[in-house]
Amino acid sequence: MRMDDPLLCVRGLKVGFPTADGVVKASNIVDLTIRAGETLALLGETGSGKTVLGMAILRLLQPNTRIEGEILYRGRDLLSLPQEEMQKVRGREIAVVLQNSGTSLNPVLRVGDQIAEAITLHRGLKGAEAEAAAVELLDQVRITDPARMAREYPHRFSGGMRERALIALALACNPSFLIADEPTRGLDAVTKREILNLFSEVNRGRSVLFITHDIEAAASLAARVAVMYAGEIIEIGPVDAVLSSPAHPYTRGLLESLPAKGMRPIPGSAPSLIAPPPGCRFFPRCSCGAGRCEIEHPGLVEVGPGHYARCMLYD
Amino acid sequence: MHGVCCMIDVCDLKTYYSRGFLHRTSVRAVDGVSFGIEKGETLGLVGESGCGKTTLGRSLLRLIEPTSGRVIFDGTDIMALSRRDLRRFRPRMQMIFQDAYASLNPRMRIRESIAEPLRIHGLENRAGIGRRVRDLIEMVGLNEEHLNRRPYELSGGQNQRVVLARVLAMEPEFIVADEPTAGLDVSVQAQILTLFRDLGRDYHTACLYISHDLGVVRAMSDRVAIMLKGRIVELGPTTDVLDHPCHSYTRRLVAAPGADRGFSRPAPCPAPSGSPAMVEVQSGHWVEAAAW
Repeated sequence: MRMDDPLLCVRGLKVGFPTADGVVKASNIVDLTIRAGETLALLGETGSGKTVLGMAILRLLQPNTRIEGEILYRGRDLLSLPQEEMQKVRGREIAVVLQNSGTSLNPVLRVGDQIAEAITLHRGLKGAEAEAAAVELLDQVRITDPARMAREYPHRFSGGMRERALIALALACNPSFLIADEPTRGLDAVTKREILNLFSEVNRGRSVLFITHDIEAAASLAARVAVMYAGEIIEIGPVDAVLSSPAHPYTRGLLESLPAKGMRPIPGSAPSLIAPPPGCRFFPRCSCGAGRCEIEHPGLVEVGPGHYARCMLYD
Repeated sequence: MHGVCCMIDVCDLKTYYSRGFLHRTSVRAVDGVSFGIEKGETLGLVGESGCGKTTLGRSLLRLIEPTSGRVIFDGTDIMALSRRDLRRFRPRMQMIFQDAYASLNPRMRIRESIAEPLRIHGLENRAGIGRRVRDLIEMVGLNEEHLNRRPYELSGGQNQRVVLARVLAMEPEFIVADEPTAGLDVSVQAQILTLFRDLGRDYHTACLYISHDLGVVRAMSDRVAIMLKGRIVELGPTTDVLDHPCHSYTRRLVAAPGADRGFSRPAPCPAPSGSPAMVEVQSGHWVEAAAW
């Protein structure tokens, strides 16, 4: 597969969670392409649907979730694969670093054994061979004294070390596509920088979907960035273009609310996803909204080379 | 190290935790820290997780009993106070914790949560409390409708606003804020921080703002203290310290190697408030002598 060929293609994805109060439309027509060897950052705030998109790709959503659309991985639709086939894709082809490193590792199993388990399942190595491979992975993610730490339980690991162990676990089968869900959440500045450096180093040549709410982390890792708001991708394009000249009013507001950029908050709060605004979902909070934004739902419009925004301003 | 109009003056504060059962060893979480905060001033406290910044914040209010040292609050040594006497000072010094949801009683409606401290400290009569609670909830940008909800019915940002209303109800002179926006989104963080900053200005509150986010600390603090392994290694006006760090650790933190301005090296002289290891490199900018 050449660089630039699409590895993963998400088309018209809609995800809804039925609840007592109505269906929560967590994702609404998300279209997304990830090329081979590319890191795409998925930037958004709590509840914007970025984790849902990641979990939909892995098919790890609850069974009663309503999903429409297609997710093509190397041309195969993951949504219509039988469970057993999907099981082979997960971990081997597409791996994940889950949010919240504190609870992603089994507290009663040694860290090395948890990594060895993935190696045994997918690569067929057994016993001492699998263990040695696990130690090697821990070494690769810069855990000091990996042979000793492999025999320790997760509670002996600090937050940064646990994150490293999870990265090792995700890389156990050398997957071609990695989904990382907020791998730097809750880490202090120095540790965060170390994890980001490690991340870019171990993922050279790999396709990565980097889910984050941290704008600086996204800027340091990704070539392209997609911004999500209320279940929709509202802007997508090259990192430099999106972050230096954001087209969508929400992206602009998000950047201006950074302490370093003046800390000007966006008024109001994100809409309910049970009954989202019928037109533009950002309209109730938007400073440049016009009459038709309230009723017409905007599509993605090209505003620069490879740079799209879902806003009437450019229509 | 600080002016005369001190709200809180900390001198050689130590908080050790003992651990182990047969072989008792102590962890020096706060190991000889001295600084002062003036009225209306915000001091940012920065350091990586585990450096002791939360322990320091809690020790100042005696939520954790310090091992030794002095904390002078508005002229009174609060370390010398009995539990009963300390309670009288509680309304004047307040704490905001990281996890707003965990700071609120899940079984109480927001109205009761905000009214409770007013009732306990007898700051308002029965009729006054209702009025005050309504004023407070509006002051933090929520409305009366929220008063009848419980914490799980509010978002993280809304809960932090409630906590803020509860703290402001006491009209405190000193607030320790321990990463009040950790885990909040940037747009919500901006809402909470601007609110916090504006209210702090209106009330002329002194504040110790604990965070590991340098961007936030820069936006919030007048001065900043850098903490490493239980000690303050650098302290000074925010822009001086963050733009021209002197300590190697601060440099690593701001990731600006060699951001040295080339000060002439002054002879180490003891700092005024009993932390002999600090050197003043520029007016009000102190660095640990060992590093200098």
